[in-house]
Amino acid sequence: MKNRLKVLRAERDWTQADLAEALSVSRQTVNAIEKGKFDPSLPLAFKLARLFELPIEQIFEDES
Amino acid sequence: MTQEKSLSNACREPLDKDLLGWTTSWLVTFAIASFGPIAVWQQSWITAVAVGVNFVIGILMIFANKRALGRLDELQRKIQLDATAICCMVGIVGGLSYSLLDITGLIGFDAQISHVVLLMGATYIVSLIIGRRHYA
Repeated sequence: MKNRLKVLRAERDWTQADLAEALSVSRQTVNAIEKGKFDPSLPLAFKLARLFELPIEQIFEDES
Repeated sequence: MTQEKSLSNACREPLDKDLLGWTTSWLVTFAIASFGPIAVWQQSWITAVAVGVNFVIGILMIFANKRALGRLDELQRKIQLDATAICCMVGIVGGLSYSLLDITGLIGFDAQISHVVLLMGATYIVSLIIGRRHYA
C-alpha cells in the first residue's frame, strides 16, 4: 500500500524517531511503513490520521 | 557509515530484562536438574524437586515470553510470529524425519531431542535475522 508518510513527516520537519515516539512504535516500524514494506493495522492508521489531522485516505492509497 | 550504524541500532529491540531473567533462571535450574544427580547428589527425591522447580520456572518463563511479546509493536510482533511459525514447522518436520531415520535404522546413533532443540533454536535465530533485515 502506497502512503504519503514521508512527505507529511518532512512537511512537519519530524524525524522518523519523532514520529515513532508519537505513535509508540519503533523507528524500524515507521521506516517499514514509509517504504511500503509493512501495512499498519487499522488502529495504527487511525493514530496516524489523528496525528496528521487528515483522513486516512489522504495518507494511504490502495493500490488494488 | 553513521546512517548504517543508526539503522542497525534502530532494528535492535531493547533487551527484555524480564524475559532474560526467567530464561536464565530456567537454564540454570535445567543444568542443576541435569547435572546434579550425576555430580552432586544421589537421592532421587532431590532430583524430583529439582525437576519440579525447573518445570515451574519454565511455566513462568512462558508467561514472561507472552508479556515480552505484548511489549513489542505490531511489526516487531509480526517478525517474531513469522520466526516462531517457521521454527515450529521446521521442528515438527525435521524432528519427525530425524525420528524416522532413527526408527528405520538409517542413522547409526540414537536420535536426541537436544538435536531438534538446537535445530529449532538455529532456525528461530536465522528467521529473526532475515525478518529484521527484510523490514529494515
